[in-house]
Amino acid sequence: MVTPAPFGESQVTTNELPREPNELDRLVAAACDGDRPAFDELVRRTYVDTYTLAMRLTAHEEDARDVVQETYLRAWKGLKGFRGDAQFTTWLYRITANTAYTTVKRRRRHRADSLDALLEEPVETRIEAQPEESAEQSAALARLSGALEQLPPKLRVLVVLKDVYGLTHEEIAEELGISVAAAKVRLHRGRKRLRDLVYEDAQQDGKRWDHAV
Amino acid sequence: MQCDEVARILPEAVEGGAAVELSVQRHIEQCLRCQAELARYRRMLRGLQLLRTRYLEPAPGLLAQTLAAIEEAGERQAVRSILSGRRLAYVGAIGGAAVAAGTAATVMIVHRSRRRTFSATS
Repeated sequence: MVTPAPFGESQVTTNELPREPNELDRLVAAACDGDRPAFDELVRRTYVDTYTLAMRLTAHEEDARDVVQETYLRAWKGLKGFRGDAQFTTWLYRITANTAYTTVKRRRRHRADSLDALLEEPVETRIEAQPEESAEQSAALARLSGALEQLPPKLRVLVVLKDVYGLTHEEIAEELGISVAAAKVRLHRGRKRLRDLVYEDAQQDGKRWDHAV
Repeated sequence: MQCDEVARILPEAVEGGAAVELSVQRHIEQCLRCQAELARYRRMLRGLQLLRTRYLEPAPGLLAQTLAAIEEAGERQAVRSILSGRRLAYVGAIGGAAVAAGTAATVMIVHRSRRRTFSATS
């Protein structure tokens, strides 16, 4: 059984995305013209973000690494089709979501008959405190992140893409190959289940989640 | 309107943008229990938005592996295009040779038939 690495162990607080959007646009334009070094630089600047999304979607270290590689391969091949009417990062999120979704489905099929599927436990989440946030808030976010991982993948992907990354229902539906109505239903169920996990678990532990976030 | 009915709508209503029926709005305004529940959903959404800026650091080596994978894919593509270019050249050469052979054969046949006609008439 492959034991996923805990989220918390690799949690960082730095913002790896370029601070100057124009610089990113310049790199994207150069990469679209086939400039490989420019694309490599784009990878360098965005891979932590892509990895974070991949981890949140797959909740599995090994799968997340595969998703990152596959995402950039697809991005490199598909750059000519990038029209620039959306942000490059949003475009990358969509590719990541599509790749992760396929990976998770494949993984579930592959592991369905094995004991792993039964024994696999949710990844423990521990978020290190950012300087400006209280220990209480950090703990609350860690709990939320942990609850997110406990959601079934089909619901988790919707909550992550919509509520964490701000993709639209239409964008999500297109990448996952589902209808907009199905995306809305799954988001509804995902939020409801997440609410139960966050608040009911907190009540069981005798903790108040409410005031931390 | 009952609290249970409102609770079913709250996961959507929390965004605010979705059209919430007036009866639901009125119920929430008067019901402390539903107000508390809506507040829970709002806090949860705020927490999810905060997660957006919490980056996870990948294990060392991911960047190098990713760049190497792109490099490798690029090389494979280049080899494939060279091979497909060569294949085109081979096909072109074979086609040209076939056309040339056909033309030569036709010329020979025509030439022979003319000679036969000529010797028969003479």
